[in-house]
Amino acid sequence: MSFEAFGSLREPARRAVYEHVAASAQPVSRNAVAEALGIGRTLAAFHLDKLVDSGLLETAYAPRSGGPGAGRPAKLYRRSAVEYALALPPRDYRLLADVLSAAVQQAGAEPAAYAAAREQGEKLAGGGEVIERLAALGYEPAEDTDGTVRLRNCPFHAMAQAYPPLVCGLNLALLEGLVGDGGQVARLDPEPVGCCVAITSKNNNH
Amino acid sequence: MADYHLAQLNLARLRAPLESPELADFVALLPEINELAERSPGYVWRLQDDSGDATALRPFAPDVIVNLTVWESVESLHAFTYRSGHLEPMRRRRDWFGTFGGPHQVLWWIPAGTLPTIAEAGDRLALLTRHGPSPEAFTFREPHPAPDPAVAG
Repeated sequence: MSFEAFGSLREPARRAVYEHVAASAQPVSRNAVAEALGIGRTLAAFHLDKLVDSGLLETAYAPRSGGPGAGRPAKLYRRSAVEYALALPPRDYRLLADVLSAAVQQAGAEPAAYAAAREQGEKLAGGGEVIERLAALGYEPAEDTDGTVRLRNCPFHAMAQAYPPLVCGLNLALLEGLVGDGGQVARLDPEPVGCCVAITSKNNNH
Repeated sequence: MADYHLAQLNLARLRAPLESPELADFVALLPEINELAERSPGYVWRLQDDSGDATALRPFAPDVIVNLTVWESVESLHAFTYRSGHLEPMRRRRDWFGTFGGPHQVLWWIPAGTLPTIAEAGDRLALLTRHGPSPEAFTFREPHPAPDPAVAG
C-alpha cells in the first residue's frame, strides 16, 4: 500500500493538492482546493479522488447550514489518519521504540528518558528560530488567536498512543530543550487531537 | 441510558510517605485533579472517604494508594486520563511512585447504577495479572466493548 500511496504523489499538481489539504487545519472542499491552487474544479476533484483512492486523504461530510432543503452536505477532504512509511532496505524503528518504551516504563526510568530527550532537544534547537525548527521536525506549528503555539501533528503519534505518560513527558522535555531559556515556555496542554504540548510566551499567563 | 459503566482500579506504590516533602507536589495537585475528573464528560463516581479522596485507604499494602472510579465509557476515561490536565501528574508519576512489577491498572464493565467494591477491584486486577487482558479484566491498550445486553440476557 505504501508504494501506491507514495507513487500517487509523483505528479507535481497532485502533490500540491495533497500538501494543501494536509496543511489545512479543517477539512477542505473541492472548490477551496481549486481556488487556493488556481486550478479548475474538475481537475481538483480528479486529484482529490485519486488521493482518496491511494489512501492518503479521506472524505468527510460537513452539515450544510440553512436547515432542511439546503441540499446535499458538502464533500470535504482531509489527511488520512493512516500512517505510511517506506524504508529501503527494510527498517523498523517503531518496533525498536516500542521495546525501549516498554523497558523504560518497566524499569521506572522515565526521568532518565526525559533527561536524554531534553539534551536531544537542545541539540536540535541549533540556535535557529523555534517555529522553523518545530516545522522542520514535523510538528506543524500554528499560532492560536491568543499567541499560543499549538502543534497540529504529533511526530510520535503511535508511540504516544501506546505509552502516553512516557512519550508525552519525553516529548515535553525534548521541546523544553528545543525552546531553551528564551521568552517561551513549553507545557503539557493536550487538546482532543494533535500534540499534547503547547508553547506560550513567558509573560503570557495562559 | 447505557446498560453498563466502566469501572477502573489504579494502584500506585508511594516512594515516600504521603506527608513527606517528596510527595508534597502530588498531595497539592490532588484536589484540583479530583475536581477536574468530576467536571469531565462521562465521570460517574470515585472512591473517597470523609477527607474527599482515597489516599488514606490502603487495602492492598501500607505503601500502596488506590484510585477506584466509574466512567460512562472507555473513551471518556481515556480522554480524562491522557487528554486533560491529568496528563501533567501522569508525566511526573515517577517523582512520586515506584514501579509495580505487574499490572497496576485494570478496567472492567459493571451494570450501570451499581458501584464496584475494593474487594471486587482487587479480584479483577488479580485476574488481569494471572491471565492477561480479557472481557472481564482489561486495559486501555486492549479494551473490550461493554457486554451486549441482548446476548447476555
